[in-house]
Amino acid sequence: MPLLAHTCPDAVVAYRAGAPLTVRQFLHDVACVRESLGASGHILNACGDRYHFTVGLAAALTAGQVTLLPSTHTPEVIRQLRGFAPGAVCLTDRTDCDIELPQVPYPITGTPAAAGVIPPMPQLEPTQLAAYVFTSGSTGTPVPYPKTWGRLVQCVREEARRLGLHGSQPWSIVATVPAQHMYGFESSVLMALSGGHALCAERPFYPADIAARLATVPRPRVLVSTPVHLRALVGAGVQLPPTDLVLSATAPLAQQLAFEVERRLGTQLMEIYGSTETGQIASRRPTEGAEWHLWPGVQLAARAEEVWAQGGHIEQPTRLCDVVEVKGDDRFLLHGRLADLVNIAGKRSSLAYLNHQLNSIPGVLDGAFFHCEEARAALTQVSRVAACVVAPTLEAARLLQALRERIDPVFLPRPLLFVARLPRNGTGKLPQEALRALAAAHLKTHVA
Amino acid sequence: MSDTVSPRKQPAAPGADPALTAEVAALIVGALNLDVAAADIDPGEPLYGEGLGLDSIDILEIALVVSKQYGVQLRADSEENERIFGSLRQLVDYISEHRTK
Repeated sequence: MPLLAHTCPDAVVAYRAGAPLTVRQFLHDVACVRESLGASGHILNACGDRYHFTVGLAAALTAGQVTLLPSTHTPEVIRQLRGFAPGAVCLTDRTDCDIELPQVPYPITGTPAAAGVIPPMPQLEPTQLAAYVFTSGSTGTPVPYPKTWGRLVQCVREEARRLGLHGSQPWSIVATVPAQHMYGFESSVLMALSGGHALCAERPFYPADIAARLATVPRPRVLVSTPVHLRALVGAGVQLPPTDLVLSATAPLAQQLAFEVERRLGTQLMEIYGSTETGQIASRRPTEGAEWHLWPGVQLAARAEEVWAQGGHIEQPTRLCDVVEVKGDDRFLLHGRLADLVNIAGKRSSLAYLNHQLNSIPGVLDGAFFHCEEARAALTQVSRVAACVVAPTLEAARLLQALRERIDPVFLPRPLLFVARLPRNGTGKLPQEALRALAAAHLKTHVA
Repeated sequence: MSDTVSPRKQPAAPGADPALTAEVAALIVGALNLDVAAADIDPGEPLYGEGLGLDSIDILEIALVVSKQYGVQLRADSEENERIFGSLRQLVDYISEHRTK
C-alpha cells in the first residue's frame, strides 16, 4: 500500500498560510525527519502543526517505528508511557515542550525539494503496526490499542465513500481538532494521506480564524470540527465562507445547531460516531434523522446490558461506552453516555478513573467526582465534572496542582467542594443526586 | 483608550481601563461559573493553565462572550492560540483597542 494516494509529485498534500506543499516536498521532509528520529522504536508525536505531525507520522511509518497517541500529556501519563515503551522519544515542534521524554525537535525542513528529484513513493504493509492509541482505562493505567496501517486506511476509505470524498477531486481539509485525537487523526491526517487530499497545517481556534482559514484553501473544502467549535462559529457573528462539507464528532450535536450550521455555511453537516478503540464506525446527517448508519462490515452485538462493536476494520470486539439501541443490521440510535463515562470536548475518561486519581493524592481522605450539568457554560454549552473532597490538611490550590499532574485539565473539578464528609448513604454508596444537591447549593451561594 | 501599547510587547503595561477590567472579569466569572469573585482576579495573572486555570474550551467561551458584548473577534496568528491572552489585562487592552460596541 502506498503511503500517499496522491498520484503526481506536484499534487498538494497540505496548505500552510494558503500556500501549497506538494508530494515532492512532503517526501523530502519525511526523509529529513526520519534521519532525526534515530532507532527508538516508539515516537510520541506531539507536533502541533498538522503538517509537521503528518510528516512525523510518515517518517515513523517508513522507518518501521510506532507512533504513540496518548489521550493527554500529563506527567503521570508520560511516566506510564515510559514504562510501556522504554526508549520512546517525543517529536515536538515547540521550543517549550515540557513532556518528560527524550525530545527530538522537529527539524527545520524549509529547504525546498530539488525540482528534478522525485523520491520513490514509500510502500507499507497493511499489517504494519502504525500506532498505539490509548484510553484512560478505569484503574489509573492507560490502555493501549494497536492500530495497523491497513485497518486505519480501511476505516478512513469507508469514511471517504460515506462522505463523498472518494473521487479523483482533491479536497482541502481544515480541522479544529488536534491531529493526535483519534477523530482528527482519521478525518484530517489519514483522510489526506489515503484519499489524496490536502490538509491545512494550521489548527484554527477562534471563530474568526476558522472562517479565515477556510477562505484561504481551495474548494471543495471540508471543516472537521466539534459541537463546541461549531457553536462558537455560528454564534460569533463572523462572515462564513461557503464550505462544501462540515463534520462533527466527539459529542452529540443538537439538531437545531446542525440546521444553523448547514444554513450559515451553505453546507451539509455530517456527524461521525466512533471511539479511540474502534475508530469511526458510523455516520448520520442530523438534519435528516437521528439514526446512525454503520460502516459496511461493522456489526453491533448486544450482550446482556452491553453493546459491542466488531467486524470491518475493528481490530478486536469492543464494548461501546454509550447507551445504544440497535435498530437493524446497520442502524442504531444513541441514548447518551453510560453513567460512569465522562466526555468533555472529545476527551474521554470515567468517574472511576478520576476518583482513583483523586483518592491517590496524599492528604485526600475521601473524594468523589460527579456530573454537574448545573455548571454548564452559557454559550458553548460545555458542562464539566465537579468533585467533593474530604481533605482537611490540603489547600485547594495544592490539591488542584496535584490533580493537574494526574488528569487532563478538562477534567479538573468545577466546582471543587471541600466537605467534612461525603454524603454516603447507609450502604456506603454515594448517590449522584446527593452530590449534585451539594454542588447546586454551593453554586447558588458563590455565583449569585 | 488611546494610550494602549501592543499588549504582547509590554504585557505588564498598566494601561487597562479599571472599569472595563472589572466588567470583563465579571463576564468571565459569570460565563464560566468560576469559583472566584471577579474582584479577586489578578489582572496580571495568567488566564490559561495555572493561575486562573482556564483551558481552551473556556477561552472559546470567553471569545464568544467578548464577541457578543463588544463586537470584538479574537484572532490568533500564532500556534499558541489558547495562550494569546496571557492575562486579564492583555485581554482588556485588546478589547479596548478593537471594540465596535
